[in-house]
Amino acid sequence: MADTANRIPTVIADDVHVIYKVYGTGTRKGGATAALSRIISRKPAPGVREVHAVKGVSFTAYKGEAIGLIGSNGSGKSTLLKAIAGLQPVARGRVYSQGQPSLLGVNAALMNDLTGERNVVLGGLAMGMTKQQIHERYQDIVDFSGINEKGDFISLPMRTYSSGMGARLRFSIAAAKDHDVLMIDEALATGDAAFQRRSQDRIEELRESAGTVFLVSHGIGTVRETCDRAIWLESGVLRMDGPADEVCDAYEAFSRTG
Amino acid sequence: MTVPPVTAPPPLTATAVTPEELAAAHGLTLSGARPTLPRYVAQLWERRHFVTAYATARMQATYSAARLGQVWHLATPLLNAAVYYFIFGVIMNAGNRVADYIPFLITGVFVWDFIGSSINAGTRAVHSNLGLVRALHFPRAALPLSTVIQLFQQLLVTMGALVILLLAFGQMPAPSWLLVVPALLLAAVFCAGCALAMARIGSKNPDVSQLMPFILRTWMYSSGVMWSIESTLKSDHLPHWVTTALQLNPAAVYIDLMRFALIDSFKAHSLPPHVWLIAVGWALIAGIGGFVFFWKAEEEYGRG
Repeated sequence: MADTANRIPTVIADDVHVIYKVYGTGTRKGGATAALSRIISRKPAPGVREVHAVKGVSFTAYKGEAIGLIGSNGSGKSTLLKAIAGLQPVARGRVYSQGQPSLLGVNAALMNDLTGERNVVLGGLAMGMTKQQIHERYQDIVDFSGINEKGDFISLPMRTYSSGMGARLRFSIAAAKDHDVLMIDEALATGDAAFQRRSQDRIEELRESAGTVFLVSHGIGTVRETCDRAIWLESGVLRMDGPADEVCDAYEAFSRTG
Repeated sequence: MTVPPVTAPPPLTATAVTPEELAAAHGLTLSGARPTLPRYVAQLWERRHFVTAYATARMQATYSAARLGQVWHLATPLLNAAVYYFIFGVIMNAGNRVADYIPFLITGVFVWDFIGSSINAGTRAVHSNLGLVRALHFPRAALPLSTVIQLFQQLLVTMGALVILLLAFGQMPAPSWLLVVPALLLAAVFCAGCALAMARIGSKNPDVSQLMPFILRTWMYSSGVMWSIESTLKSDHLPHWVTTALQLNPAAVYIDLMRFALIDSFKAHSLPPHVWLIAVGWALIAGIGGFVFFWKAEEEYGRG
């Protein structure tokens, strides 16, 4: 406990604040001239509302830890992950990290109109893999997804896939890369039972190769099982930080009464 | 459980070191910080395959739901040219003052289409891809650049159609056709720079993308796409500086260079003096300026 000096920090969050701007919340309709004068005067539009999603969160994550982020819906868990990854700019405070923390997820880069095959390549490139690496892992990704178990689906456009198949392929692409600091945002509950088992195993592997793992989940059971430390966020404020079991107990007690 | 459970670390305030010192001691870097310009260029170069693959993927996905599919890449610019010919060539009779009006018009329409849609799509490049920006790490300049590459691929397809049309209207291939290559490359660099600059503005101010079609239409009508700047202004008694400004207009410069390269009756005297110098100048100013301007806000994209 006292020998923090011997443990290697991988992520340091120092008083992190994240503020979203949300457009189009106002009731007043903005005409073209109103929009123009706003642009010129650089005033915020009347319909803009600021959402203070994360309010001054500080913590230090160490190498080898698996940290679960828990909290009710809209408490800022996913936003905090994005801020740690450097994908969501922070309004105040700082995040230091070892290497490049990455979010497990590639959905946004994929295109439904393209074949699964092309999407594997596109997703891999988007994650920063080289053409060579993608070529080497291509067969693994396809086999892992199990897309081709019921015929040659990989050469069909992704829009023809069932939602389960699509989710499996997306997870398989996303999980094909190793990371220093890995963040998983409720990605565990996709696909059928067999695929869920496979993805659990793959996440275990990723956890072993990654320095630190963050997991956002509503399933308290998943956090208890896979994490050793938990951080509880409530309305953007860090409520509790400690061993997973203690924090989960406290959170469950809170949810029952709350 | 493969990782041994560890007890929670004491809160930061209990330790003597500040987060900054702790981070420095273990070689941690600021997450989401802007890289230096050379480093940024290197990162972008590492992701070049992503930039081109993303462009090609979007190009192929564009008409994938249409039954005629990729034929529309060719049909859309041809229909555009037909509409402009009908309005300006037939109804308004602009062709009287210009020799070889149809080749003149379609060259203008096709090149303008590339410039205008590059800037228009560039304005939306970051803002409409916020999901991607917030999910993955890559130099954000990849987005506007892949947009311009996608449109450049589209332009190359269109150029195929242009060659067929030029031959059909009696233009014979000549050595001057080779000038198309430098002219298009300079136009592409210019467009990439404008798209980068507009992408930054559009990401801060999404309303700008609503105004762009109007700005671009004004620009198009003043760029001599459907009429000849030179012959129109010679007869109308406009001040000299207006003519000069119209001729220095980058869109007009690139369009006229293409016409000079492809159309026999479009002679060098129709071009402003030092035209290649102007073309290179615009490409450099927009290209370098746009890139640096975009890079300056690299860490802020995604704030929304």
